[in-house]
Amino acid sequence: MQRSAIAKLALAALGLSIVASAASAQDKIRIGYAISKTGPFAGGAGVTTLPNYQLWVKDVNAAGGITVAGKKLQVEVIEYDDRSNSEEAVKAIERLATQDKVDFILPPWSTGLNLAVGPTFNRLGYPHLAVTAATDRAPEMAKRWPNSFWFLGASKPGADALAEVLRKLKSEGKIGDKVAMVSVSDAFGIELATAARAAFKAAGFNLVLDKSYPIGTQDMQPLLKDAMASGADTFVAFSYPPDTIAISDTAKVLGYNPKVFYTAVGTAFPLYKQKFGANAEGVLGVGGWNVDSPALKAYFKRHAEAIGREPDRWASPVTYVSLQMLQQAIEKVGKIDRAAVIKELQTGTFDTIMGKIKLADNIMPIVWWVGQWQDGEFVGIAPTKYEGAKPVRFPKPNWKQ
Amino acid sequence: MLLLDIVLSGLVLGGMYALIAMGLTLQYGVARIMNLAYGEFLVAAAFLAFWMFTGLGVSPLVGLVVAVPLAYLANWAIYRVLLVPLVNRAKTQGQLEVDSILATFGLLFIVQGVALVLFGGQYYSYGYLSIPVSILGTTVALNRLLALLFAAIIGVGLYLALTRTRTGTAIRAVAVSATAARLVAIDVRTASAFAFALGGALVAAGGILVSMFLTFNASMGVIFTMKALIVVIMGGVGNLLGALVAGLILGLVETAVARLLDPGLTLAATYLIFLAVLLVRPTGLFGVAAR
Repeated sequence: MQRSAIAKLALAALGLSIVASAASAQDKIRIGYAISKTGPFAGGAGVTTLPNYQLWVKDVNAAGGITVAGKKLQVEVIEYDDRSNSEEAVKAIERLATQDKVDFILPPWSTGLNLAVGPTFNRLGYPHLAVTAATDRAPEMAKRWPNSFWFLGASKPGADALAEVLRKLKSEGKIGDKVAMVSVSDAFGIELATAARAAFKAAGFNLVLDKSYPIGTQDMQPLLKDAMASGADTFVAFSYPPDTIAISDTAKVLGYNPKVFYTAVGTAFPLYKQKFGANAEGVLGVGGWNVDSPALKAYFKRHAEAIGREPDRWASPVTYVSLQMLQQAIEKVGKIDRAAVIKELQTGTFDTIMGKIKLADNIMPIVWWVGQWQDGEFVGIAPTKYEGAKPVRFPKPNWKQ
Repeated sequence: MLLLDIVLSGLVLGGMYALIAMGLTLQYGVARIMNLAYGEFLVAAAFLAFWMFTGLGVSPLVGLVVAVPLAYLANWAIYRVLLVPLVNRAKTQGQLEVDSILATFGLLFIVQGVALVLFGGQYYSYGYLSIPVSILGTTVALNRLLALLFAAIIGVGLYLALTRTRTGTAIRAVAVSATAARLVAIDVRTASAFAFALGGALVAAGGILVSMFLTFNASMGVIFTMKALIVVIMGGVGNLLGALVAGLILGLVETAVARLLDPGLTLAATYLIFLAVLLVRPTGLFGVAAR
């Protein structure tokens, strides 16, 4: 008796929830994502990706929602943890599409995970906004999966932008032709070091130190001693956040003061400024932004207020731009039609916090590769053709103890 | 002076390895608990130091005075509440090891989850005593030097305490055989709880000291557990002097390889040394001395 009563109740509840979800399907737009909340990628995802998803949803819903066919739809979020694992990420995306039946899916963090989930996004027919993916294979991937969009460029233009800055300093007689380079032996470090070898050679530089270190290394003294002994004016590290901090800290302790000091991922993080304060001045790194843009300034302010801390100065604004593009593409199409949204993303021009953006062959046209801490802000330096690019300050001041 | 440079930097790096391994060698060697959540406790202590330093303006060295007794009590409670039922249930030492691995695996996720909720996934780093000290013309960071000093003091001090005092002898007896220790009227449960809690206090001290110079986040615990495990096995399970020596050897080898060969080979060198030691002495460098 009792059991059947419970079963009936459960059935009734189930029926109710189906009715409820059917009713809500018309006044909500469901957006899902799997993001690394745990595991080795949590550090990067927690700085760049997740805060911007949260900020964007907050901004959109505060403004009433996404306008579809004249009706404002609030964004409803379904979130999973991919545990920094590509199999988990693929599974979660399958689940979001087939079980949760979300309208759109946002990408995970890191080049590796975005490459891993690419085929799944493609098969399911969802637009894939691969923001935090810097890979030389972006053009090839964009061709293979026309639903994928690549926002952080490839290593060759990255290395070229850095070489361009250095070449100018050399031609002005400010630095010699010796460069000391270290790199983390992981996808990002290997690709960039390879591209940089060619770019530096073409720019007439001589690599007097070229060494890689295993991922996770935080003991940088041996490497930096070698760099000091090399006598190079320019020090370049294609590093990840913990090693970026460790390299800078060790350089400070050792009093290693090359005229040009470049560290890669993490230099643009608020953590860098917080840890090194005035010592960050003059440090070059990956990223940067147009500090004269009122739209970006307003974005920085909103991010700090909503999330409780500042965004990173590299991929954070780009992540937000990708979400603005998705929203505008949906609004232009006027219905939840993923194929049409993909088409719109390929061909449309979008009004974003980084200005008017039109993708070229599914690839983001503005990617800052060299930035520099100047007066407490990480300003964009190169490629120098971008709006807001500032001249590099030279030389980097000596570390103060 | 290249040689002096390598030796000093290597000792400083090795001191850190030894420091983070000493707690585990007590917990695993004496209390027979293979604590998989070990690295998580270390990261938790690092977060505590970060919070006290940036939020309250308390120096990490003062933080040690607060955190170490706190960690002792917390670990004592964990042992009494969570692990004693496993100890009572286990018929053999092997079974206890398997059970404790499973239980502390769960503990790992709890501690990590709490840290994620409180601090999120992003990286944390603060600078304390990151100032150069010149020794015989070689520069090292004061905070790293401090970690080495603590490791040496704790390692030698506890080694002497374990070998020269009555309580220490009782603890070593438990490490050798819990059953036999009970026959000579040693209170095995108290000795085990003491060893586990002391190990927990040591890991808290280690976490606070390394937080002065390492960048960490909530999901980095397993890296520390792995490193500590290598040092513990290499030094001989349960032997503090062994952990100190093994840590210093690893630090010296890694630094020498990074300077003289290639920094990319440091990991390979670590495991090569590890393998070589285990082939020659399967119980670790000081494995016999512990028995």
